[in-house]
Parts: sequence; C-alpha cells; structure tokens
Amino acid sequence: MKQLMSGNEAIARGAYEYGVRLASAYPGTPSTEILEYIGEKYSNIKAGWAPNEKVALEVAAGAAYGGARSMACMKHVGLNVAADPFMTLSYTGVNGGLVLVVCDDPAMHSSQNEQDTRNYAKFGKVPCLEPSDSQEAKDLTGEALRISEQFDTPVILRSSTRVSHSMSLVETKERQEGPKELGLKKDPMKFVMLPAMARKRHPVVEQRLKDLAEFAETFPFNRIIMGDESIGIISAGVSFQYSREAFPKASFLQLGMVWPLPEKLIRDFASRVKRLVVIEELDPFIEEAVRLMGLTVEGKNLTGLLGELSPEAVEIALTGKSSAKSIGPIDMELPLRPPNMCPGCPHRATFTALKKNKVYVSGDIGCYTLGALPPLGILDHCLCMGSGIGIAAGLDRALGELAQGKAVAVIGDSTFFHSGMTPLLELAYNGGSTTVVIMDNRTTAMTGAQQHPGTGFTLRMDPTISADIEKLAESFGFKRVRAVNPYHVKELETAVAEELAANEPSLVISRAPCALLKTGRILPDKPLTIDSEVCKGCKTCINTGCPALEFVKIEKPEEGEKKRKGYTKINEALCVGCRTCFEVCKFDAIKEAS
Amino acid sequence: MSGERVYNVLIVGVGGQGIILASDVLGEVAARHGYDVKKNEIHGMAQRGGSVSSHVRFGKKVSSPIIKMGEADVLLSFEQIETLRYFPFLSEKGKVILNDQKILPPAVFTGKQDYPADVIAKVREKVPDALILDGVALAAKIGNPRVVNVIFLGVLSKYFDIPAETYELVLKESLKPKLVDINLKAFHEGRSLAAS
Repeated sequence: MKQLMSGNEAIARGAYEYGVRLASAYPGTPSTEILEYIGEKYSNIKAGWAPNEKVALEVAAGAAYGGARSMACMKHVGLNVAADPFMTLSYTGVNGGLVLVVCDDPAMHSSQNEQDTRNYAKFGKVPCLEPSDSQEAKDLTGEALRISEQFDTPVILRSSTRVSHSMSLVETKERQEGPKELGLKKDPMKFVMLPAMARKRHPVVEQRLKDLAEFAETFPFNRIIMGDESIGIISAGVSFQYSREAFPKASFLQLGMVWPLPEKLIRDFASRVKRLVVIEELDPFIEEAVRLMGLTVEGKNLTGLLGELSPEAVEIALTGKSSAKSIGPIDMELPLRPPNMCPGCPHRATFTALKKNKVYVSGDIGCYTLGALPPLGILDHCLCMGSGIGIAAGLDRALGELAQGKAVAVIGDSTFFHSGMTPLLELAYNGGSTTVVIMDNRTTAMTGAQQHPGTGFTLRMDPTISADIEKLAESFGFKRVRAVNPYHVKELETAVAEELAANEPSLVISRAPCALLKTGRILPDKPLTIDSEVCKGCKTCINTGCPALEFVKIEKPEEGEKKRKGYTKINEALCVGCRTCFEVCKFDAIKEAS
Repeated sequence: MSGERVYNVLIVGVGGQGIILASDVLGEVAARHGYDVKKNEIHGMAQRGGSVSSHVRFGKKVSSPIIKMGEADVLLSFEQIETLRYFPFLSEKGKVILNDQKILPPAVFTGKQDYPADVIAKVREKVPDALILDGVALAAKIGNPRVVNVIFLGVLSKYFDIPAETYELVLKESLKPKLVDINLKAFHEGRSLAAS
C-alpha cells in the first residue's frame, strides 16, 4: 500500500531502501526532518548530528571513500558552509555513492536569503537531481546514489520547502545494500589533492560532465509529456506540479536532472512546440542554458526572479490572469502575526537585561534573531551562522571609543558549536573589549529542539559528551568568563555592565533551558499574578514582548479613578512563571504564585 | 469517489492550535479512502505563535501540493482574523467553518494596534452561510481544552463523501491510547454540529 509521506520523510526512506550506511546533517529548515526520520526509523543507518554542514559533508565523504553509500543533508545556506569540501570532493570523486541533499527555501519562509543551489552544481561540476513530489524524492535518492557510483561523483539532490514539507503518496520497497566493497584502499592519485594530483583530476571532472550530459539524454526522469503543441513548458521540481495544475493540457518536458542538461532532448522538445517557456523558481538557470543552445525561449520575463511560484502565479505569468473565481480579499487592514519568542523564553529575559545596558548587538541565526522585532528591537545585525562575534569584534576594534563598552555579540549554544568557536578564538587572539553573550538554552531551538555537542545526547538520544563552553573559552585564553541565569534579569544586567566596562574580551553565558524543553526544566510552570490596581500602565513589562501579557487600554478613567492609559493583564493559560516581568516591574504589581 | 473532482481544503490558524494534526488526519483519511492526496503546510516557525496554513487536496489525481488561489472549497479557520487573511484562497462558492476565537497578535497585546472589531460581520457579508462555532466552549464541555482541532475535523468531515469510520480508524492510530476516547467524542460532537 502507498503511504502518505513528506518529501523529507521520503528522502529518509530512500536512504534506507537504497542502502545508505551513514547519514550526517546539521539542522536547518526545511531539511531538518530528513535526519530526524533516519534517526527515528532506520537504525541500520549510522546517523548523527554534525556540529555544522562542512563536517557533515566530510563525514559523509569519509564513508563514501570507504565504499559505503552515504548522505549529507542541509539547507541551502548550509552548502555555503560545506562549500570547501564540496568543491574538491568533485575532484576526488567518491567510491560508494554520496548524495548531498540540499533544501532551498524560495520565499525565505525560514531563511536569510533565497540562493539557488543549482548554481553550486554548475560551479562544482556535479550532477543535480530535482524531485517534484515525495515519490520522486525517494526514487531520485536512489538514482543519485547510482549515478554517484557510475560516474564517480557526489550528486546533489535539490529539494525546496514545498517539496520537503509537502506530503504525497509513496510506494515503499525493501532495503538493498550498495554494490561497492567496503575497505581502506590506498589511492593517493585520486584521494590526495596535492596540486600534481589535482591537475590530473580536473580533466577527469570535465570529461565526467560531458558523459553525464549524454547520460541525461536518456535518463528516464527527464521526460516529455506531449499535449497541446501550441505551448511547451520545460520545468522541474514543484514548479512542474504548479505548471501541470495551471495548464493540464499543455506539453511538458519535466527535468528530473537539472544539471547537466540534455541538449538533444531539449532541442527535440523545442522543435515540437510553437512557444517554448521555462517555468522555474529563483534564477533563470535552465532558461539561460536553453538560450545558449540558440533556442528562442521565455521564462523570467514572465515569472520574475523573486520568491516562490504557485499555480496561479504560473497561470498569470502565461495568460495575464487567473481563471479561478476567488471570493476576493476583504477590505480591512489586519494586524500581522509574525513568529514570536514563546512565553517563558530565556532569550526574552537575556534581551531585557541587554536592553537596560543600551548596547549595540550583533547576532546571528536562531530563535533569538526574533529579538530584532518590536517591541524588543534589540538585535542590530544578523548575517549568517556565527557572524555576530566577528562583527562585534570588528566594530569594537575599528571604531575604538565609539563602540567601546557597547559592542556585544549574542549567539546561541547550537550556533556557537556550529560556527562560533573560531570567531571566539579570533577575539581572544586579537583582543578588544567585545563582550560575547552565549544564550545557552541547551538545544537547537529554532528547528524544533535537536541535540548538539553541548547537550549530552546524540540524535538517537544515546548519552554522550557535553562540550564545556566555559572550559573551552578559558583554554582560548579568556580571563573573564561567567555564567548567569537569565531569569535573574537584574543580576544579568549587572554582569553585562561589568563585562562591558572591562577593557578586554569577555564572555557571559546566559544559561537556561528553552521554555519548550521538558527535560532540565527550571521554570515553575505556575502563572504569576498582577494587581491591576497597583499597575500604573507604564508598559515596561509589555515591552518585553511576552505573549502571556496583554495591555488593556483605558479610554476614559472613571470618576475618582487614577489617570493611566491602561494596565497589564496576565494570561494564566500562557504564563509559565519565568519572572521576567516580575523583575522589571518598578511598582511591585506582579506577584509570584504562592 | 466523485469523478475527476479535486477537493481543496485550507486549514488556518495560529501555531499551537493543532492545525497540523487535523490536516495530517484528513490527508491520511483521504488516502485510505483511495484518493490521490497532496498536502502542504508551512511550519518550522509554527510553534512560535505565527500564522499557520495547511493545504489539503484530494481527488483522482492531484498535481500541485498547494491550492490555487481562489479554488479552496472549504476554509476551516481556528482564529478570527486568520480567516480574513486567507480569504483570497476561497472560491466564490466556498464554505467557511470558523472557530470563534481571538488570539492576539504582538501588535495588539502590546497595545500598539486594536484587534479588528467586526471580523464576524465581514465574514458573514461575503459568506452568509459560514458556520461559526465556539470551539473553546465546546471543548470545555467535552472535558479537554485540547480537542478543539478534532471537533472541527468532525465538522469538516461532513463536507466530503468519506465514511466516519475511516476518520475513527486514523484518529485511533494517530493519538496516544489514553486520548482516543475523548477525541472520538469530540469528532462526533463536531460531526453532529455540521450542516448536513
């Protein structure tokens, strides 16, 4: 029987069915669930979280060098981190099949940019497969491994948010082991990329790309579906499904392999249709290649370069209007509903203390990036994973007095292990007066609470080491290191003030488990209460942005009532008793539960 | 099965309201009934109180995992203003099922903006037969505030030709054993409240 699976679940299933022996990943939306499913369901695959994507790819490369089928998974920007091993892995090739799953996020549902991974396939001269639904996600995982072995190359399996997180029906099969013999073999000409060896490998890579282009001509996942000949649509991935939805009768060339491209097949298709259009999200990747073949083609002039497509976007691009009869929008301005830090979030407590210190904050990627939004508005930079420490150090050193005592970097614990250790070392090494605050909430919170090297548990919840941030910083040469419980807001505020005053690098570890974690919980899970008569309506607590607090406006004070704009109400169903509002209230209006 | 027709169901609300579970169950039920199914939701940041939408599509053959704007047959909304946010997805013949609950967005609970006062009137203006139920009160009556989503799944189930037994089977498989009875009760309560 067919099973309903998400694209990510299907990729995990593919890893199982097609004999993957090792999988490695760092969490990142929309790719995270692939390794989670492997961890949960397929115990014969060795699997674990890597501290970052570069390491994940290297671990997978090691397994492949030894003949094992392997998989590394990451989000699009993760491949930037893994770009160094990726580019030369193309030269060494593999042995056992290696599939590099990269999930793009057009429209940036949960990302800082919308880069198009297909460019990496071209850049690295490796093949790229692209599924359009869950069945193809599973099948192409198998094809990727087969192609990887046949052509001795890593293979990118490119997914996107709408493929990874959509569910559709999948036929499952039994597991088959990979064909390669496992073992440690000496082969320095292939695996040791000294200049002399790499020069010999480069022509192999160029020939491989030509061979792959020939292979693509008859690859069954590149298929022509002839319909109405007045329009021929070349598409791949979820864009193909949108196009089929919008134009069920059109002619299609669906590409399951988007690099290298099958020139003869494309020319054949082009010759059979009157109007040739490429429907693809983000960059004109296929379109430009088709145009280079000398063919007349349309694409980005119709669909644009930004964000996601959709069935109606494809229809409007080609016909100028949608045929759907919508009830239409409602003429009313709706308040936005952006994601928010949860009630009891330790980050809110940390940011509340930092705000009191009037600092300039360089951050990066995690739940704490939400601190940039009102009412906290505390974050001043977010560039990439681990970027805050370097940016704060650069500001501090370059601006001297202008930044001294103000430059603060914030970083989460998982992000710190991902890419915060090297900038922390730089700070110790080159000095300055930057204060780093590691917001250690004992998990990888933003992607849904994954384990990491600081939590003491592996992907499969086996006990393991728990990396010690304090000792690490001390070994780097930090003289000023201290840990504070962020819910003691005033204490944290004082600690940060003291560290900012010190004319040397310092580290504050603001440590309390994520409010959604059940283990290690220090939150009392009892709501606080507020005396609404005592409350002056100053909004100091409201400006922490806690969803458990509500400001009740008073339009006209009644006779004899004191003048105030309103008062705070605590939503007992949401409040977990973190005390952040209690700590900031100047009028003792908030009381702890007895 | 009714021919080539594809059913388009859009379920919306706020992270934490059980939208993903409700749509997972509906998708699984449709698959068990023999339909081709595709569904999609944007999650990841869903737990953080953001706006959540889940598209469920089923029929003989389904291409796109997301509903074409203007083609949703049913809009099931768990929160007042989220209903209006997703209105452009609704077909002019579409149905609305609404959980009459307000969850204040940040700009409202911090006192910067007011929660729109006349949401229900606006919904009724466009969709006079919108079914509006107080799910929180109904769940309290049943005895567990967390069954609101399954009450509305029960309401929704009356809009399709799939037997109640299929839903019961999938609910039993998807829930912890101790939660099965109360959720089945919630499902049937919802089913009885739907316009037949």
